[in-house]
Amino acid sequence: MAKAKLLPVKVVISNKEGANDPEGETIYRDLVAKSGFKRVRGIRSGKFLKVMVESDDPKEAARLVKKMCDELRIYNPAAHSVTVEA
Amino acid sequence: MRTNIAVVRFPGSNCDLDAVQALRMIKGVNADLLWHEERSISDYDAVVLPGGFSFGDYLRGGAIAAKSPAMERVSKVASSGRPVLGICNGFQVLIEAGLLPGALLRNTSLRFVCRWVSVRVENTHTSFTRGLRKGQRLRLPIAHNEGRFYASPSILNRLKDEGQAVFRYCDEHGRVSDAANPTGTIDNIAGVCNREGNVMGLMPHPERASEPILSPDGSADGALLFESLIGWLNC
Repeated sequence: MAKAKLLPVKVVISNKEGANDPEGETIYRDLVAKSGFKRVRGIRSGKFLKVMVESDDPKEAARLVKKMCDELRIYNPAAHSVTVEA
Repeated sequence: MRTNIAVVRFPGSNCDLDAVQALRMIKGVNADLLWHEERSISDYDAVVLPGGFSFGDYLRGGAIAAKSPAMERVSKVASSGRPVLGICNGFQVLIEAGLLPGALLRNTSLRFVCRWVSVRVENTHTSFTRGLRKGQRLRLPIAHNEGRFYASPSILNRLKDEGQAVFRYCDEHGRVSDAANPTGTIDNIAGVCNREGNVMGLMPHPERASEPILSPDGSADGALLFESLIGWLNC
């Protein structure tokens, strides 16, 4: 049987809207808002993980990674939201 | 009868010996330093998770230690009603292990804040504050980058209603204010406990304030927490 290929799954962890994000706010206020990019109206920072999964099916790989994030508490649901994308 | 307390050392802990020293200064206390893989953690009368940078603070402070074998044993200690204290990184570990509510986020200033602060005692019904007065002001040092306590409005209300916000940052007159908040922590919260009051975490370091020689003003307020704990265990 051919081995499944390695699929990269992207995980982004960021603070929920209710939790201040001083890094994102600083990047926006002190860099972007002072520049010419007037239509940029806000920035949220986060942590990025690229997870390599043996799979041929992006949807299945994303489900597995979401399960991993939940079970291993890769993010703290009290303060963070997570997006998983294969 | 001697009281046996475990201080758990993770790779990257660095306030472990200070905690052992602060505990051993109290008469009748046997404090042992235990590697986080030791099985006997669950045999102790109480457990202290010390400060430091367990597992390099990778992912976020306390997140990896929370999944180490030690924490299953610490959970057993907690669920049996025995006291568990988390200091700084130990507080982060207790939150990440789900033994305490909320989250500890990066300080609003995005800086590592290292200085002496005042905290006000808000709850004297925990294993660690029973010897203190409500409203009493303690001088303790903080030293952390991720110590901004956060909880959703509904959880925060519950914490306040049930007295689980044990310590709040205050000024030298005991007033809780924005100016006395060193990290942007919600509602000036510096330490919280579980509903039962036997599991508590705080960002300030009582072990670094347990002898007059350690403090700038000759106070030793940190020792009061450890003495409360031993008093609770012996009563």
